[in-house]
Amino acid sequence: MMLNIPRLTVQRSLLTGSMLSQSTHRSLSLLSKRTFATTKDTTASTNTTSDDAVTIDLPEKSFEGYLVDIPSLKYETTKSSLLQMYKDMVIIRRMEMACDALYKAKKIRGFCHLSVGQEAIAVGVENAITKLDSVITSYRCHGFTYMRGASVKGVLAELMGKRDGVSFGKGGSMHLYAPGFYGGNGIVGAQVPLGTGLAFAHQYKNEDACSFTLYGDGASNQGQVFESFNMAKLFNLPVVYCCENNKYGMGTAASRSSAMTEYYKRGQYIPGVKVNGMDVLAVYQASKFAKDWCLSGKGPLLLEFETYRYGGHSMSDPGTTYRTREEIQNMRSKNDPIAGLKMHLTDLGIATEAEVKAYDKAARKYVEEQVALADKAAPPEAKLSILFEDVYVKGTEIPTLRGRIPEDTWDFEKNDFAKKY
Amino acid sequence: MFKLSARKLAMQGAIVTKFPVMRANTVVRPMAMRLSSTKTMTVREALNSAIAEELDRDDDVFIIGEEVAQYNGAYKVTKGLLDRFGERRVVDTPITEYGFTGLAVGAALKGLKPIVEFMSFNFSMQAIDHVVNSAAKTHYMSGGTQKCQMVFRGPNGAAVGVAAQHSQDYSAWYGSIPGLKVLVPYSAEDARGLLKAAIRDPNPVVFLENELLYNESFEVSEEALSPDFTLPYKAKIEREGKDVSIVTYTRNVQFALEAAKILQEQYNVSAEVINLRAIRPLDVDALIKTVKKTNHLVTVESTFPAFGVGSEIVAQVMESEAFDYLDAPVQRVTGADVPTPYAKELEDFAFPDAPTIVKAVKESLSIE
Repeated sequence: MMLNIPRLTVQRSLLTGSMLSQSTHRSLSLLSKRTFATTKDTTASTNTTSDDAVTIDLPEKSFEGYLVDIPSLKYETTKSSLLQMYKDMVIIRRMEMACDALYKAKKIRGFCHLSVGQEAIAVGVENAITKLDSVITSYRCHGFTYMRGASVKGVLAELMGKRDGVSFGKGGSMHLYAPGFYGGNGIVGAQVPLGTGLAFAHQYKNEDACSFTLYGDGASNQGQVFESFNMAKLFNLPVVYCCENNKYGMGTAASRSSAMTEYYKRGQYIPGVKVNGMDVLAVYQASKFAKDWCLSGKGPLLLEFETYRYGGHSMSDPGTTYRTREEIQNMRSKNDPIAGLKMHLTDLGIATEAEVKAYDKAARKYVEEQVALADKAAPPEAKLSILFEDVYVKGTEIPTLRGRIPEDTWDFEKNDFAKKY
Repeated sequence: MFKLSARKLAMQGAIVTKFPVMRANTVVRPMAMRLSSTKTMTVREALNSAIAEELDRDDDVFIIGEEVAQYNGAYKVTKGLLDRFGERRVVDTPITEYGFTGLAVGAALKGLKPIVEFMSFNFSMQAIDHVVNSAAKTHYMSGGTQKCQMVFRGPNGAAVGVAAQHSQDYSAWYGSIPGLKVLVPYSAEDARGLLKAAIRDPNPVVFLENELLYNESFEVSEEALSPDFTLPYKAKIEREGKDVSIVTYTRNVQFALEAAKILQEQYNVSAEVINLRAIRPLDVDALIKTVKKTNHLVTVESTFPAFGVGSEIVAQVMESEAFDYLDAPVQRVTGADVPTPYAKELEDFAFPDAPTIVKAVKESLSIE
């Protein structure tokens, strides 16, 4: 039975918390222990310890299935897991807001695509997978880079072109990498075949792992996406294609770019699930479902995360010329992923309002510290030897690389400038 | 009673001579080779054996492309590999270059070592974003944290009568990309040594073969038969000379050698023929050395004339100490500035051949 998920609002049901004190739920196989330097887990004013297992009933409209039964609406988790996801989302939000400020202060140059409003996806996916799985996405990648293990400092330093950046200042906002995270890709849609290749490698090496390959509604019409779907299905590859449908591809509304906007059905012969991407619990549940699907040898699966970005496409786009401020405000006030999880935290008695405020404050302080560290960090030295580094794998370079003029030719065997004629 | 020269008899495989005799344009069967003193091998066999040995040596290596498995390769370069190594290592794809090239790059990012076969490099244009933006640039953009070890190989340039969309030479296009290496083998030994080196190279390598060379038979040294045989990416002097240097690569080496023979016999000109073997890196030291020796330079390529490999060679020579050794401007022999026509009479004007090279040499040496 197909449910029509209303475009902008999501009902948040009252939570029926059943406290199962005994078991830890194995469905949550790996909760990433992310370091969060400045907060301590608080149990002060609640009646339960934060490791208590909890079941939450997700709203009926969380999922819609295509060629597959939807994941269970019973979300089983632990309180510490919920807290962790809250912290993760807040840090990403703060980090992205810091990017906004740094960009306006001209400390970040070029392109900068923020994911404010879309935090639930990076956080929900990461908490549902392990370090053995791979993740790849587009240029809206800061949150994913952090979740995959980079520090906030590493991300911000890269955006500011510092040597301490995750790509040593060579890549910038769109080319961030981390262990098991393959970017950060600047060409729209290119990450989809790449992610399919990551899944190919998982299968080739007989690994118990899958590839989460994310792309937007704008990228969904790329030919290479369909070429990837075809091979993934033919080769039965363990790849979860995730369409982050934030309703706009740059300035073009989905209905103007896509003859069919039900992106979870675009896989045609690949089953799909549409997910409320503003609810981190639904994102987690769907991601877990998808990973299990792949790992049980059922081949690819498509997830469509319905989400929203409050900011423009990038820092050069105010984001208000193609949509109304009311729409943005409506999403912010009624569907914010952080506010939504906060409600679960307070309703379940995991944390009080005051404690949540304390987490927020701590996150802000943490990110500020990381910003300061990144800001203080040095850029790469303005040396041609560094310019020419990394074009090829160290030790396997071609004999020379040329600069702007012949005398700026670098000789790798000499490790110095080439003899000037 | 007629006399048959020992040479002719040796060519027919009837006798074994003291010095090896090259048999051109024949497919040599293994049995016959045991009788002669040196081994010959076609370029196809050289490529096939190189791929097989590298698949054998390293489980991370696999080959992927259209018709590489069950069809045994559109040009039979991958013949027998599916039978020997199985579907996991030899992967047939749908006709989706953009998709399967991207898939292969993704696999390389995760640490596998794909060999991507383009049925023709003309089709690589559909996938060129992945070759350049996803493969070549990634090591740099990631600050050296993300390796991409892979080979893109297949026939490049013209065949015969395949017309405009199937005849373009991409050596100049790929040669300009930092992060790639571009190799252009000529002989069977080149094919073996360079392909094995390319597969083992931790960087993405574009390996430009030539369809018309696949059947050509060449002598190969004992050393070249070793499973660990690799060649450095350096030019090779195919023929020593002192009056003029003809610098070229791939099938044009054959035409240059023919031209050198004509020049010697008819004009008493001693031409040195340099087989570049690599476009990136371009062996500028070899260029300088040969120009210093002969003072005259002719380049030969099958690319379009504008912004081609010859242009780059001319610029490099002019910027180097070799400039002072030139006694005449460099002569470039290139493909014609036209989409390749179909009719033979016209197609013959589209690409270099021996007589055209001879003309260019005469121009360089101011010979009538």
